[in-house]
Amino acid sequence: MTAATGSRVVRHVEHVMGLPVSLALRGRHAGDAAGRAAWRAVMASLHDADRVFSTYRPDSAVSRLDRGELTLDAAPPEVGEVLALAERAERASGGAFSAWRRDPDGRRRLDPSGVVKGWAVERAAAALRALDDTDFCVAAGGDVLGRAEDPDRPWRIGIEDPHDPCRILATVPLRDGAVATSGTAHRGAHVVDARTGRPPADVAAVTVVHRSLTWADIDATAAFAQGADAAAWLRRRVGRTGLVVADDGSVTVLDGSGPISWAQIS
Amino acid sequence: MRRILLWFLTTVSTVVLLFGYKTSTSSALPDETATDPTTPRAAAPTTTSTPPTTGSPSTAGAAALRAGQFTGDAADTRWGPVQTRITVANGRITAVDVVEAPSGNAKDRAINADAVPTLVDETLQAQGADIDMVSGATVTSTGYLESLQSALDQAHAA
Repeated sequence: MTAATGSRVVRHVEHVMGLPVSLALRGRHAGDAAGRAAWRAVMASLHDADRVFSTYRPDSAVSRLDRGELTLDAAPPEVGEVLALAERAERASGGAFSAWRRDPDGRRRLDPSGVVKGWAVERAAAALRALDDTDFCVAAGGDVLGRAEDPDRPWRIGIEDPHDPCRILATVPLRDGAVATSGTAHRGAHVVDARTGRPPADVAAVTVVHRSLTWADIDATAAFAQGADAAAWLRRRVGRTGLVVADDGSVTVLDGSGPISWAQIS
Repeated sequence: MRRILLWFLTTVSTVVLLFGYKTSTSSALPDETATDPTTPRAAAPTTTSTPPTTGSPSTAGAAALRAGQFTGDAADTRWGPVQTRITVANGRITAVDVVEAPSGNAKDRAINADAVPTLVDETLQAQGADIDMVSGATVTSTGYLESLQSALDQAHAA
């Protein structure tokens, strides 16, 4: 028996880091004790990430690091891991993405939120990957990670229309990978181009499909921060497909045929 | 099948890593290696296990990279030859292009194409798309109840 033969989908929803986290399970452990234990482990891992990385908690490692009360060496090792990811994203995006931002008073503040969510969900999902013969799909505040063992029964992910979040603009099948979207539909302008400190122009949403949620999330944010250059930048990223929606509603589908994706270039 | 794609990508992983590291050509950034000594560097871009280049530039380090385009020798893989070309400007790799990729690429392309979003026909919208989860701009807990994901969770609730 494989996961695919069990058609019943069991769902869970909880909130952490101010975000709703939804889980769908199907297959052997959907609804059983092992499935519920894995879900508890996911939530425990996310709460742990919140304690370490929250910029809203004055006692988090990141807040203490920001105030200079903690050194990176003394911080939990995952802080260094996340900051290294942020640094790679900053380089790859030509500085549009950054874990640092400026306060109105000019002070440099540490805010790795653009990296933490995808990374934390991917780490937490290890408990779900360990469930044998079980398909899982987890969505955390708009970022989705899933595995479906039967290639003929992928999870079907809907990509929200940034101009009308009650509508679905596109769908993408997910067999083992992630879908992340960055945009302004629900929270307004919260992503800025770190080079200018201003919200990007001419882009409403960027969706990235990639095998790793950590990088799908980072790339969606980094591309979004680049505004009108989002699609051109994403085309150059290896192993990504996705969608860029402009302010005027025009849609660019990225099919992965960028310069690195098998194209004959002479 | 996807593994084949991933395997190939790992064969050029060093190149890709370099690509990921050094694409910041707009150079608004100060020297990356010096900005933040507290942040560990996952890999030094000086280790060039890239294919030997016909232009044979010095491999001593990023600072020693000569400007220009350098095409690596074709490397044989199980799936065919792979050849890459890098572009160097101001001591940085600014582009990595795949000059030649394995010829079995039609299959890989199909796999890749499979993970490409398909636009939903507006006329089908009214009937509701058959989907399991939603990806969208970050939904906060307060916004969640209004969100599509919430509707899905309820619709699928046992």
